[in-house]
Amino acid sequence: MTQNTPMVEVRNARKSFGHLEVLKGIDFSVGKGQIFALIGPSGSGKSTLLRSINQLETLNEGEVWLDGERVNLDIQGMAYERHINHVRQQMGMVFQHFNLFPHLTVLENITLGPIKLKGMAKAEARELACDLLAKVGLADKVDVYPSRLSGGQKQRVAIARALAMKPKVMLFDEATSALDPELVDEVNAVMKQLAAEHMTMLIVTHEMRFADEVSDYVIFMDGGVVVEEGPPAQLFRNPRQERTRQFLRKHLSA
Amino acid sequence: MDIALIQRIFPYFLEAAGVTVVISFLAFVLGMVLAAALTAMRLSRSRALRFAGAAYVSVFRGTPCLVQLFLLYFGGPQIGINLSPFTAGWIGLGMNIAAYMAESMRGAILAVDHGQREAARTIGFGRARTMWLVILPQAARLMIRPLGVNTVALIKGSSLVSAISVIDLAYTAQRYISSTYKPFEVFAVAALLYMLIVIAVSMLVRLADRRFAID
Repeated sequence: MTQNTPMVEVRNARKSFGHLEVLKGIDFSVGKGQIFALIGPSGSGKSTLLRSINQLETLNEGEVWLDGERVNLDIQGMAYERHINHVRQQMGMVFQHFNLFPHLTVLENITLGPIKLKGMAKAEARELACDLLAKVGLADKVDVYPSRLSGGQKQRVAIARALAMKPKVMLFDEATSALDPELVDEVNAVMKQLAAEHMTMLIVTHEMRFADEVSDYVIFMDGGVVVEEGPPAQLFRNPRQERTRQFLRKHLSA
Repeated sequence: MDIALIQRIFPYFLEAAGVTVVISFLAFVLGMVLAAALTAMRLSRSRALRFAGAAYVSVFRGTPCLVQLFLLYFGGPQIGINLSPFTAGWIGLGMNIAAYMAESMRGAILAVDHGQREAARTIGFGRARTMWLVILPQAARLMIRPLGVNTVALIKGSSLVSAISVIDLAYTAQRYISSTYKPFEVFAVAALLYMLIVIAVSMLVRLADRRFAID
């Protein structure tokens, strides 16, 4: 593996749901420590693209690579299961609806993966969880059940849960879309902190200001294709495509 | 109302109620085990297993339990299965209720939010551990009440084994009519005892439901 191996690489990603083609050949590559924002209208394919990186969606065509390892191998059955479970452990994902495990405490939510998948000792896992909770500002919620948390707190626990697996990349699928407006900032703050620590991140978001602030590179998608891409300064302040301008007018004024 | 008669027959009915409880309990255990297997089959990736599971449920829900008991008890010997009335009774009831319990279990598992499965898979858990660590603990509490309903139906339906001469509560009641000619008293006592069993089971179900409540 050379210094230049991209952390995440997607080549010619194509995906259809029945007759509906949602990804029409997408290419991009994310370097280590880079932060990519995926923006675009609903139905543009950005979430499908993100979900195909860890194989929650399977591409019909194209390749996904993680740190020099092919993700979407064309194998079947148990061999695929073993492969994909191994690959997924290296990618953290944060969902719009948090998806915390309601039958487990905050601590257990975070330590389940490290204990069961990595064989980490309980005490060590607890220490790790406490560190991560302190980092996301929820040190006092260790033994609480998710139902006692606000949306913003749930999402911060979900981020801690993903980080506990020490992932190479974090995937955020509209992490703040389901939150009340006043709770968005606390989640964004955690994401910014991760960015400052050079975590490689792919962020699907509707929040243009946040994308502008936090990302190194922005991909604007519409209708299953990349319409325009570039550094945020260029894409947000000097977009070349009329379609991009249209979209930004609507979203920056709102 | 012949109170003296009721007092006289009550001990015998209590004994018969014991048979009803035991046969229902054995059928319940068999039903749960079979239902778990059927549910695994119906959620499996193998088409053949899914089909076999669905076929079992259709057949056992689509035909009367009484006919199933007759088939097993009267038809069994013809194909080399010789069972006592009691054994045929609990096995027949268990095989029947398993079809309904399998529906309850499958429904509860499918009712767990899809995001739970995705979150577990994303962490890197395989299908089996996702089911065991994340889906089942949540589905378990969703299935307690429907399984309770199945169990109450099982207890009441267990009266059908009287038709293959198991000396349960219903059978005992029928026998006492011919010696007492007081069907009202006799069946009232039987009904009361069924009711008490059902109430006890319902209380257990409620307890279990509370025990498994999430936070």
